[in-house]
Amino acid sequence: MIVAAALIVLLPFAAAVAGLLGSRWPGGVSRTEENNLRANRRAAWFAVSAAVAALALTLWLAWQTSGSGGSGDLFWAEFLPGSAEGTLTVIGTGAIPISVGLQVNGLSVLTAILVTVVALAVQVYSVGYLRGDSRFPSYSAFISLFTSAMLLVVFAADLLVLYVGWEIMGLCSYLLIGHWWEDRANSRAAVKAFLVTRLGDVAFLFGIFTLGFAAGSFRIDDIIAANLPTGTLILATMLLLGGVAGKSAQVPLHTWLPDAMAGPTPISALIHAATMVAAGIFIVARLFPLFPQPTLDVLGVLAAIGMLGAALAAFAQDDLKRILAYSTISQLAYMAAALAAGSPNAAIFHLTSHGAFKALLFLCAGAVIHHVGSNLLSHMGGLRRAMPITFWTMTIGFAALMGLPPTSGFFSKDAVVLAIEHSTSPIRLLLYGSALITVGVTGAYAIRAWLRTFFGEEHVQALAEPAPGTAHVFDGREAPRTMVWPISLLAIPALLFGFIGVADMDWPSAAISLLVALLGAGIVYTAWRSAPHADPARLLGPFRAPCEQAFYLDRAYAALIARPILSLARGVVRTDTHVVDGAVRGSARLTIGLSSFAKLAQNGNAQLYVTGLLAGVLLIAVGAVMWG
Amino acid sequence: MHVVYPAVVAALLFSIGVYGVLARRNTILVLMSVELMLNAVNLNLVTFDVWLRDQLHGGQVLTLFVIVIAAAEVGIGLAIVLAVFRNRQSIDLDRLRDLFEPPNSSDPDGSQPAATKVTTGVGPE
Repeated sequence: MIVAAALIVLLPFAAAVAGLLGSRWPGGVSRTEENNLRANRRAAWFAVSAAVAALALTLWLAWQTSGSGGSGDLFWAEFLPGSAEGTLTVIGTGAIPISVGLQVNGLSVLTAILVTVVALAVQVYSVGYLRGDSRFPSYSAFISLFTSAMLLVVFAADLLVLYVGWEIMGLCSYLLIGHWWEDRANSRAAVKAFLVTRLGDVAFLFGIFTLGFAAGSFRIDDIIAANLPTGTLILATMLLLGGVAGKSAQVPLHTWLPDAMAGPTPISALIHAATMVAAGIFIVARLFPLFPQPTLDVLGVLAAIGMLGAALAAFAQDDLKRILAYSTISQLAYMAAALAAGSPNAAIFHLTSHGAFKALLFLCAGAVIHHVGSNLLSHMGGLRRAMPITFWTMTIGFAALMGLPPTSGFFSKDAVVLAIEHSTSPIRLLLYGSALITVGVTGAYAIRAWLRTFFGEEHVQALAEPAPGTAHVFDGREAPRTMVWPISLLAIPALLFGFIGVADMDWPSAAISLLVALLGAGIVYTAWRSAPHADPARLLGPFRAPCEQAFYLDRAYAALIARPILSLARGVVRTDTHVVDGAVRGSARLTIGLSSFAKLAQNGNAQLYVTGLLAGVLLIAVGAVMWG
Repeated sequence: MHVVYPAVVAALLFSIGVYGVLARRNTILVLMSVELMLNAVNLNLVTFDVWLRDQLHGGQVLTLFVIVIAAAEVGIGLAIVLAVFRNRQSIDLDRLRDLFEPPNSSDPDGSQPAATKVTTGVGPE
């Protein structure tokens, strides 16, 4: 089993190496049109075959671990009770050794299935979405590398090994957001994502160190079994929470995610919706026994703020991808809330179903954007006749996002709300209220995006010039086959995955959240019916501008952090050029000035030199006689 | 004879030699002044050899050495003077100033190698 897990991690890595090195070589190194096409084709084959192999192996692992003899209250332990662990080697560091090892258990297999399914869908989808892009080989190789890193995080048995994957994911995210770096805004978004997540990752690394040094081992099982003192646990988990907030885009480190939508849409689907942002939630679930109540309360407060704020921000956006980005933040906050309520069960359930339906939504949005040539809702409308497949699949996605039965979102969101309702957490009421209101707002923004995209009249116009590298040309047809297939594939889990949780349903509670969601959706629908041309976001009234700007948080960060740091940096540069360099240059000038005095003696007359010598000898002799 | 007389004569000779080395402009005369200084030393050596009644007469032996070396030195010195004269048609010490540092050659970056500055100049004619 461990060999299979290692292969699952290594195959995409090998595909990444092959895609980077082997897609142009041998043959076709020169950048002609024909060679570009061949390189793209070869890169696509590398990436897709590795993704298929990883998916097949993961399914085999699932079959191996499955059984009905499971016990415990965690649903993955119930379905997938098997587990295995293997250590390749132990690296001695002089203090605490690092054991390079993998671990397979129900949680990791479940998450790995999500990752490999979405990765495969995205790889296939990218073939159509980025047809003719000259950097497609590196793009697909980075996706493979990302997949490998995420799977390493999922299967790692040692916190430092996990951290390696964690950081590679951050790197891939940076590289892929900046895929179209010709546009300055894209590369800035990439840098922003990198810096903000790095901020959290520093805290995460120190959290790992705290845990490792307290427990005397970096192996996750050892740490969980170590029975650490509460103070250490609070410190360590608070630090870990920094990394979780950074990667999972939780308040206050969430600001990078909406900007990360500058990347190609499949990347948003894979990294910034389904998998990488789920890594934070996954880590908390993986280390859940370590999290003491105070840390969970902090997480809960952040989640309560984040879910409602992000949902309101999503309601006011005009960019379809930014709506989905804010909705991702909001849904991730749901998972965090479930964790805070003490139920990793519900969190992972929602993580899995959210991974499926959010990837579906993003890929559909990509198809729409590919079709329309614009991200803005105001440029869309009436697309349901032009793109029937996308319409139906995206409808499933939105229904899952709103939590309408029978989609997966209905079951998983109900599990979250139920977990919050039954929790013993001191902030239970805050979480419950926030979750219910957010359910309503989610219904509202989902129905708004749905109506504005697919209904109303068409006002699609072809753009004069496609953006660099993109196929933004309106041709009035459904998206290419390579894009439609993954969408249809992902629609199945988005629709049906929830039924594994049907046994644990609590129907009254589900009915309440359903009613709230329908209420939110209904208000928006009535507003839209009365004026189909106007944006239903006007319902927010005076709050519309703050919501559209995501409550000015970006501006606040710019004013409070970015600008002081920049001016500090400018001050440092000034000090360097004027004080440090000035001192060096000044000392040189001073030496030259002084040397002009010394030069007066050096007039080339040997007799003068001898005179000076004699005078010196005389002085020494007199001195020696007088004081000697 | 009291030791002070030859000592004073030697001191006078040495002083004349020093004056000549420091003040004369003609290179041959400077060489001759050097000889004067050496001879002052010789005189001192002989004097104190006698005065101290040295059994081995080290002072006299050393004097012979000095005379031989002085002869060799004068030979080399005159050869150099001759070579200088052939090159420059002058043996005026005041004009032999190739080691002179030009007053405003301050070049802080050292963009010009210092060696060229010294060797290319023939001295202010």
